[in-house]
Amino acid sequence: MSSPSSPAAATIPDVGRTRRIPLPALAVSSLVLVSTALAFVFFVAPNDANQGFSQRIFYFHVSLAFTAYALFIAGAWQAFRYLWKRDPEADLKSYVCVHQGLIFGTLVLLTGSIWAKISWGVWWTWSEDELVLFLVLYLFYCAYFMLRFSVDSGPQRANLSAVYALFGVVLIPVSFAAIRLAKEFLHPRVFTLHGPNFGGWILVTYCIAQAALLVLGYTLYRLELSSKLLDVRVRRLREALA
Amino acid sequence: MTTAEKYVTAAYCVVFAAVLVYVLIMALKLQRLERDVDELERKETAEDDERETVSVG
Repeated sequence: MSSPSSPAAATIPDVGRTRRIPLPALAVSSLVLVSTALAFVFFVAPNDANQGFSQRIFYFHVSLAFTAYALFIAGAWQAFRYLWKRDPEADLKSYVCVHQGLIFGTLVLLTGSIWAKISWGVWWTWSEDELVLFLVLYLFYCAYFMLRFSVDSGPQRANLSAVYALFGVVLIPVSFAAIRLAKEFLHPRVFTLHGPNFGGWILVTYCIAQAALLVLGYTLYRLELSSKLLDVRVRRLREALA
Repeated sequence: MTTAEKYVTAAYCVVFAAVLVYVLIMALKLQRLERDVDELERKETAEDDERETVSVG
């Protein structure tokens, strides 16, 4: 039997210490925002002059990508917090952020692939730096899980995961900015150094979609974090009652 | 429905399906946790009853 003061219990984070927006409120906000975004995408935003109807994938595709980046950055921030304060909850938060980021990253690749099929006639092209760099970023974070689950639970696993998550965040500016130096490209550049390449209802719709997916990402993060913390709490109770 | 419309619908359906599957997985996990909590509560009650019987006896 382990007591809460034992070394094993000391590595287990406490539950229910988060005093933030309640999860049901977040879920309702996500639902309202995503529904609004979909209504704007299909009924308000005009057809693009060059790409026509197919450009409507852009609203969720780009928003998903930025949400994935935000989650990876949040994961790195929590990893930094873990290394700085040795807070086990920060390690769990970092893991959940990276997991969510990977889910959003998968959706970016899937929606991007569908868009590529309409626009370029192929599901994937290796000649586009933006695509390849995003895939590198995605595979890098896939390897995070291989690393994490190849080490037994404890401070060593948390340390390795934190350092890896911090390294991963370096790839984000590389993926986002470096390819803008390329001269020839197929992938549209919607954000330049001079701001977005669009305005009017397209910009409004994009902003709503971006807000919706950021809130959705945060909601799913909180949902997963709550379940993970609850899992830890149940395990701790089971140990105490054993 | 044009080809572009089909593809756009497919893209949004992929996002919707992914979120739905994720929420379903989380719901199943929460159900399992609920069962675990019930089991622990039963265990704790049984231990309390046992302790009371010993102290009375």
